Amino acid sequence: MEPRAEFVHWMFATGFLLLGLCLLAEAIVGTEVWRRRAWRAYLWPGLLFTMGVLMWPVMVFFTNSAIHMLAHGSWAEVLMLAGAAELGLVRGKLHSRYWRLTMTLAFVLSATALLVHEQNGWFFARAAFLHHALGWTLIVAAVFPLVGVFRPRSLLLNSGFALTFVVVAFLLFCDRDVAPVFGHLSSVAGTPHR
Amino acid sequence: MSTQLLSERAAVRRRSARARLIAALGPGTMFAGVAWAFLQPYRLTLLHPVGQGFWWLAVEPPLLVVLAGVVFALFVAPSVIEDLEAHQDRR
Repeated sequence: MEPRAEFVHWMFATGFLLLGLCLLAEAIVGTEVWRRRAWRAYLWPGLLFTMGVLMWPVMVFFTNSAIHMLAHGSWAEVLMLAGAAELGLVRGKLHSRYWRLTMTLAFVLSATALLVHEQNGWFFARAAFLHHALGWTLIVAAVFPLVGVFRPRSLLLNSGFALTFVVVAFLLFCDRDVAPVFGHLSSVAGTPHR
Repeated sequence: MSTQLLSERAAVRRRSARARLIAALGPGTMFAGVAWAFLQPYRLTLLHPVGQGFWWLAVEPPLLVVLAGVVFALFVAPSVIEDLEAHQDRR
């Protein structure tokens, strides 16, 4: 009854897509309008935090090596940290804008975990390709929350930040347990299923 | 027509474009999911459900994309547009 890893990736992809849509809407209308209703102000930080919490059972039940487990554990921690920092800022418990750097930290640490725990090359299998693609996407995209700390009203930075989550969702939706990527699949990767 | 009036009209057009953009996010996402289902129909297990397990029937990526669009369009976008228009009217 336990779902395959790819199902879990697709469920998290849905969460990231919702997160991206909410952030894109906030970028378009501005933070002042977005936070006009309390529930909406807490919506995406709460979703981010919840995804961090849900990453723990993934770490426990879906990892088959120490490095894999550490990677999922680090994603759980940084998702919860970034989500909690944003919740604290929305609630007014935290005041310094530098708490937003937790998002940059989340991007960089997540990227590092993705790149370090993927032991195979880009074209070993689709999952390997996506690990590399996700890792480098997050490294490059870390500039959005980093510069966004100093230019919080920038439409370009906020849109780029939001679209990063949409791209992450897209890449996670592309994931399969064993599948070729651009026609490449290592003979030791396993047998693809439907 | 005065320059001020022209710039005010341009501002109104820009603001309403924002509302339209918010309104389009949900349907746009749903459309992406439907387009994906047409491009890769084999990822829709509902089309051939016999003999499939629970997870293959419950988690189907194109439907999840449509679901995300529906959730955003029904539960988030209307209040954002309402608040955006109220904010624009006040200015």
